[in-house]
Amino acid sequence: MPKSDRKVPALNASSMADVSFLLLCYFLMVSSMDVDSGLARRLPPPPQNEQEQSSVDVQRRNLLVVLVNAQNEILLQDQQGTVMYANENELQDGSGNLAMKDVVKEFVLNTSNSPDLPQLIEEDFGPPIGTVPVTSNHVISIQNDATTRYSAYIAVQNEVVRAYNELRNEGARRYFGTSYEELTIDQKEQIDKLYPQRISEAEPKNYGGGE
Amino acid sequence: MNTSSMPDIVFAVLFFFIITTTLRSETLMVRMKLPTASEIQKLEKKSLVTYINIGPPLDARLGTGTQMQLNDRFAQVTDIQNYIAQEKASMNEADQPLMTVSIKADENTRMQYITDVKQALRQAYALKISYSARKGEN
Repeated sequence: MPKSDRKVPALNASSMADVSFLLLCYFLMVSSMDVDSGLARRLPPPPQNEQEQSSVDVQRRNLLVVLVNAQNEILLQDQQGTVMYANENELQDGSGNLAMKDVVKEFVLNTSNSPDLPQLIEEDFGPPIGTVPVTSNHVISIQNDATTRYSAYIAVQNEVVRAYNELRNEGARRYFGTSYEELTIDQKEQIDKLYPQRISEAEPKNYGGGE
Repeated sequence: MNTSSMPDIVFAVLFFFIITTTLRSETLMVRMKLPTASEIQKLEKKSLVTYINIGPPLDARLGTGTQMQLNDRFAQVTDIQNYIAQEKASMNEADQPLMTVSIKADENTRMQYITDVKQALRQAYALKISYSARKGEN
């Protein structure tokens, strides 16, 4: 019997589309496409003993205290002076005073080499940047009351991160001619070293005013 | 009309969804409206992220106080250390230092609660955290 005489019986595949549609619908329903996003932070390791907790010593001029109290009012205080915001919505336009990000930027940069702002120290950052004075010892300390609203706290964190992001963007434009986003990983590292995020989240204190 | 290629197309789409999907692993038991922020970053690898949900319970009979949900049940702040240890143990050893804890808290939560959670996370050596937030204008 010649082989060519055999015929493969036709398979009825018309229901295949229906079955795969059903599966497709199932996966469409159960899949969650939303990606979680947020403000990334790094916590300090737990204190090994009681002494270590109080051993961190920061010069007064290197310290910017950001205080969010129980009424969600925000107070920025460095050696140069004090800025006050009545609530988190005022952080950007400031209603009379400087926007918070500008206060933070001025604090980190200390362009005027003021003795009341963080100490400028010359440091070498490699080829395109070279040796520039930076305030490598500055600390931004965010403090809050026990009854502060979480959203006010996040708004403050957000403003601080925004200030750093703008600084890094400006640095990237000055030294590499593009925005921070378009830099290579090595270049980003250089810029990050130039403007390191030095944010301290202090232990809570009860300043009163809450219930 | 020739529809013989339709199953192929549907299968291609199906495979796409099978691969990209991550099953919703837990049902939320707390109500939360995340705070808004503009400078947020995406959390890259979902397998490295552990979630802590904080907010008032959805079930009104449980009151309106702030509660915390770990996995599928309510928990106390003191349970965090065990929870983190458990999650760490279930991870690849190389991935353990990269573990990120995403704090998903309602915007009206008192900071006292968040601070307690943060202190517990420090004790558990889960130092990479992310304050989960919605993309917003402010």
